[in-house]
Amino acid sequence: MSAYTRPIATGRTVTGMSTAKLAVWWIIVSEVVIFGGVLASYIMHRIGHPEWQHSAAHTNMWIGAFNTFVLLSSSLSAVLAHAAAERGDGALAARRLVYTIGGAVMFLCVKAYEWTTEISAGFTITASGFWSFYYTAAGIHAAHVFAGAIIMGFIAVAAKRNQDLHRVEIIGIYWHFVDLVWIFLFPLLYIAK
Amino acid sequence: MTATTADHGHTHSHHHEPHWAIKYLWSTDHKMIGMQYLFTGMAMALIGGYFAYAFRMQIVFPGEHVPTWGIVTPAEYNQFITGHGTIMIFWVAMPVLVAAFGNFLIPLMIGCDDMVFPRINRLSYQIFLLSAIVLIASFLVPGGGFGGAWTAYTPLSAVPEYNLTPLGATLWVIAVALEFIAFLLGGVNFIVTTMNARAPGMKYNDIPIVVWMIVLASILFMASVGPLIAGAIMLLFDQNLGTHFFDPAHGGDPLLWQHLFWFFGHPEVYVVLFPALGIVAEIITVFSRKKLFAYKMVLYTAIATGVLSFFVWAHHQFIAGIDPRMANVFTATTVIISIPIAELCFVYVATLYGGSIKFTVPMLWALAFMVEFLIGGVTGIFLGASGADIYFHDTYFVLAHFHYTFFPIAIIGTFAGLTYWFPKMFGRHLNETWGKIHFWGTILPFNGIFIPLFFTGLLGDHRRIYSYEHFPDLNTEWLQSLRMLATVSAIMMFAFQVPFLINFVMSAIRGKKADKNPFKSNTLEWTADSPPPHGNFPVLPTVYRGPYEYSHPDREDDYWPQDEPPKKGSASLAPATEAAE
Repeated sequence: MSAYTRPIATGRTVTGMSTAKLAVWWIIVSEVVIFGGVLASYIMHRIGHPEWQHSAAHTNMWIGAFNTFVLLSSSLSAVLAHAAAERGDGALAARRLVYTIGGAVMFLCVKAYEWTTEISAGFTITASGFWSFYYTAAGIHAAHVFAGAIIMGFIAVAAKRNQDLHRVEIIGIYWHFVDLVWIFLFPLLYIAK
Repeated sequence: MTATTADHGHTHSHHHEPHWAIKYLWSTDHKMIGMQYLFTGMAMALIGGYFAYAFRMQIVFPGEHVPTWGIVTPAEYNQFITGHGTIMIFWVAMPVLVAAFGNFLIPLMIGCDDMVFPRINRLSYQIFLLSAIVLIASFLVPGGGFGGAWTAYTPLSAVPEYNLTPLGATLWVIAVALEFIAFLLGGVNFIVTTMNARAPGMKYNDIPIVVWMIVLASILFMASVGPLIAGAIMLLFDQNLGTHFFDPAHGGDPLLWQHLFWFFGHPEVYVVLFPALGIVAEIITVFSRKKLFAYKMVLYTAIATGVLSFFVWAHHQFIAGIDPRMANVFTATTVIISIPIAELCFVYVATLYGGSIKFTVPMLWALAFMVEFLIGGVTGIFLGASGADIYFHDTYFVLAHFHYTFFPIAIIGTFAGLTYWFPKMFGRHLNETWGKIHFWGTILPFNGIFIPLFFTGLLGDHRRIYSYEHFPDLNTEWLQSLRMLATVSAIMMFAFQVPFLINFVMSAIRGKKADKNPFKSNTLEWTADSPPPHGNFPVLPTVYRGPYEYSHPDREDDYWPQDEPPKKGSASLAPATEAAE
């Protein structure tokens, strides 16, 4: 493979914002409409199908609340990682990113336990319209948590060597977005009974 | 292709020449990626065109042997019309107009050496290529390709027992979803590159309109495709996991798919229209030697159109059982959106007015775009009115209308851009005589295809009918002769693409050598070599003025390149040079 040299274009900042940061905001724009589409469809149908509340009654609000807590805490360590990266302390930033990855893993494990319980109780994705949306919306979100954790792993490895420390902030912005989506999903799927 | 990479001895090539496979398939150079998109799009256009040939033959010779294909079965007929629509919009118009021109032009026209994320750019093309392969594979799997039309209305597309193509339908959805991901990656690149990597001195109002248009198209795409990505996931689950999002027999809602699809599908029209409008703007200014009339108004009008395009989608659903009160609202928005587009037509005519017009091949295409698109726009007003649409819906009138919009966009717009930037892309001139033969051989039969179809539609011809022999009311001699005229014109038009392809290849290899700026244009891409080497410019340019300073009264030359420094002593706004270089 030919050696890759970063073009001059990548380093230009006509807007005053770094290219990477600008790009992650645009990616978030595209994600907002993806989740917007799922959630708008869900809300419209939830209003049109009052009988879905019987399905919704079976979701476990306390597990959802615990996962909200886990995800928000993981965002805190992402912020702290950014603070460390700002000071140029790559090793500390890497350690704090690992805490965030730990939060992601915890979130996914809780999700796995929760879904296993529900599926064994017969609440599969085909059980009702509610459960279809429940697994689809939370599943797309979980895929984002999974992907974010993997990207964060790469960034943490580089940060430990004090490389590309600006990326710590970029993944932090993305992670807050993933968090924010959950803040919408949690009340819509768990609290609205 | 060889001409595009004749770039030995420049400053960047300190490592030895890479293997051809790496150079052509693994390149991060925006020009090479643009070429990849262009040639993939052209190859897909051949498939989409062949499908059109096969189903037009079936319509006029029902049940007879179609040369090169054989008997077209009903399932194959459905597969052809579905494949034709899907390919022409997603695998021809999008990759060529947005991705090929966007990749080739943006870094050159804003004066930088590449896209800001060249490796994401490469990944974008690779995912796009994968999506094309998945789509082609979907035609070959057991059960055949999906035949539920490019709109994939549910529950037909969602329930294998209805569409009878369980594998084909699933692969269709996967291909479309992959293609969306490819264009999202490409779009982020286009937007961020234009926002952040412009040459020093290039203000927002100095950006060539075509770059603005491609960026606006990318933003529109990004803001509208999300719900359909969500819808594609739901459709995949319906097809393969047994959910019932869209199946009314089990409590699902088929209209939901239509909303998700058209919320994207209508802005999509403007996603492909904008780059074509931009290409036309560049060409008419150069070949009339006039400043673009009302640059800022063009820009604001395009933005306003983009915003409005999010509020018209339900005009595709007037007979789908939506609330008539809602239909009234969408009738109003749809009629309103014709105002900015009409305004753009006037602006372009005002640009031409009083200019010294040269009828070169690109100029002919650009003018043809304005004329033909006008017909598409005017006939759209009939369909936007919900009352009239109840009669016109799903007839050939609708089909002729949107071909009068999409053909000017995807084919005429592409040929305009391709013939205009050909010297820059390949370093050689396209043969003008053959270019003109191809132009008239395409434009005249195009009208021969679709004007008769307006009339068959008015007389009641329903779309997507396998054989009119089963409909005595429609099986008349007059209607059949109109259909025949359309089919014969289509075959003529396809035949005239052969001289184009030969001219294209021969000119790229053996055409007259082009210098840097053969058309005396102002924009930055014409200050680079033809074809531009890796890194584009020997010294990255600085911009001193807008892109359309043609026939300026104070100058002897009738053009004024954006990067030409102002004369010493004249009051100018010389921008600071880039510190990093």
